Amino acid sequence: MSGKNPAVAQRHYWIDKPRNVLRIVRGLCVLGAVLFFTDALYEKHPHFSMDGWFGFYAIFGFVVCVSLVLLAKWLRTVLMRPEDYYDR
Amino acid sequence: MTADIHPGLLLLLGGLATPLLPRIARRIYVIALPLVGLWIAWHLDNGNHWALAAFGFELELFRVDRLATIFSTIFLIAAALGNLYAYADDDRLQATAAQVYAGAAISATYTGDLVSLFLFWELTAVASVFLIWARKTERAYRAGLRYLVVQVGSGVLLLCGLAIRAQATGSVAFGPIGLDGAGGVLIFLAFGIKCAFPFLHNWLQDAYPEATVSGAVILSAFTTKLAVYALARGFAGTEMLIWIGAAMAAFPIFYAVIENDLRRVLSYSLNNQLGFMVVGIGIGTELALNGTAAHAFTDILFKALLFMSMGAVLYRTGTANGTDLGGLYKTMPWTAGCCIVGAASISGFPLFSGFISKSMIIAAAAEGHHWIVWSVLLFASAGVFHHSGIKIPYFAFFAHDSGKRPPEAPWSMRTAMGITAALCIAIGIWPAPLYAILPYPVVFDPYTTAHVVNQLQLLLFSALAFTWLMRTGLYPPEMHAVNLDADVIYRRFIPRLTKAFIATFGPLDRTARRALVQSSQNFIVTIERIYGPTALGRTASVSQMVSWIVGLLAIYLALEFLSQP
Repeated sequence: MSGKNPAVAQRHYWIDKPRNVLRIVRGLCVLGAVLFFTDALYEKHPHFSMDGWFGFYAIFGFVVCVSLVLLAKWLRTVLMRPEDYYDR
Repeated sequence: MTADIHPGLLLLLGGLATPLLPRIARRIYVIALPLVGLWIAWHLDNGNHWALAAFGFELELFRVDRLATIFSTIFLIAAALGNLYAYADDDRLQATAAQVYAGAAISATYTGDLVSLFLFWELTAVASVFLIWARKTERAYRAGLRYLVVQVGSGVLLLCGLAIRAQATGSVAFGPIGLDGAGGVLIFLAFGIKCAFPFLHNWLQDAYPEATVSGAVILSAFTTKLAVYALARGFAGTEMLIWIGAAMAAFPIFYAVIENDLRRVLSYSLNNQLGFMVVGIGIGTELALNGTAAHAFTDILFKALLFMSMGAVLYRTGTANGTDLGGLYKTMPWTAGCCIVGAASISGFPLFSGFISKSMIIAAAAEGHHWIVWSVLLFASAGVFHHSGIKIPYFAFFAHDSGKRPPEAPWSMRTAMGITAALCIAIGIWPAPLYAILPYPVVFDPYTTAHVVNQLQLLLFSALAFTWLMRTGLYPPEMHAVNLDADVIYRRFIPRLTKAFIATFGPLDRTARRALVQSSQNFIVTIERIYGPTALGRTASVSQMVSWIVGLLAIYLALEFLSQP
């Protein structure tokens, strides 16, 4: 729609620079490492056996998300149809 | 003092006056009405207020208890926020439909019998379809029709179920129902359709994204959560619900990952959040049912917030497709910020509302030693962060720059989003007031070290997974496409089968009919050849016909007389 504000279109934002995006990614990795090893610092009260493992939630989160996306990507080969599929 | 004013009927009947008001008054009226209702709802005494006898049954239109109050409270808040959001969308019909719809849903939470529940159940279906049709496109019209058929169908099942149940037990009271009789099963199915159980779910993802900008916000709050309320009332502790809920929490997230229309992604994630609530109902302990009620409360807010932010994007850019969006944070920072608050809430980040409600259900699953269900819910928590927490804000406001520079949302939308976001954060930081109104006393502390650390680990490593997949290019790109779901059965297979049936039997039928016409013509020709051209064309006068009939009757009488012993 409208709103083509040239000043906004020209402006450069901090996050536009690939260098800064890389900084965010590195920050996330550092934070992840810190959180992973936080498991050594508190007492766990597991309900089952696996949730008592060191770093269980971190590993679980990473593994299931990667599996989710790759499985969903494969599902596209089965489920995906052209956008006007139901209109034809 | 206010014991006789029914907040649901106030909104329903008060809403009927909406179209008569001039524009400015109308806009303020629809925001004030639910707030008045909220004030009344909070001053009601528990108990049955209006009982009346009709259709040979004792009807209870106004039963107030803790479960009814928490649902009517959040429905009234959602109605006020939705109406504020709709301020910019000036549509007389939509404003009226929204009040009737919300009023019917609130009235349904106060019903103490199945007959009145059925009436309000159907009214929510009929009123809400106008929020889809108000989009005024051919697509929306057809999606609305499909939606209406499914919703009214749910009501018909409810009616059959309650009739069978009334026959069997002599009662139409709306309390624990159970799956013992055929009536109970039908009622369960009726609730299941509105609650979007697997294979009965597709009306949701089909219709909500076709609704208007504000219509989707309002729709997201009521229908499905009314079904959650009804299940919690009628089927708490039904074990089958644990498995149904686990399936609901898991399968929609796969669709959410590959879906392009971001409002449809939100519909899938709505379905996934309902799964958590249904698991809670299935477990049926006090902690689990508290978790369900709390999660319904927080979900209505953060899901409305997410629909509001995507609605604002649609309102300003004319599209909600991930493929056509990106980089909008530059000109819509307020909307982007509110969207991120909604995303953090649905993902269950500590200090946001989802954290304090979802964790109750997961804890209840762990305490019940349902380890499979517990793992599925954990998977669903990580998955919801993936598709709602990251994908929605990322593809709309960041990702590749689409070059679109739309202006920020209108002030009314910004205000509605701001208040909703503030509520999401307030509940996350200070859950005590919400815990105080749950159906059972709460002995649960979400902010333990282990829980906070574990949740942060789960979410951060999900974010790392997203980052890794994105940067390596493994993440599936957004595409213009339709993904087949259960609706393919009634949108494709059944019409195809019908067409194939007609294609096969049509010619056969035509041949048979032609042969029949041909043979009767041949017959007429033969008769005429034998008896002359006037044999069949001759007409008889009325007096001739009457004398024939009189003659026949005389013979009949004589025979009757002769056959007497």
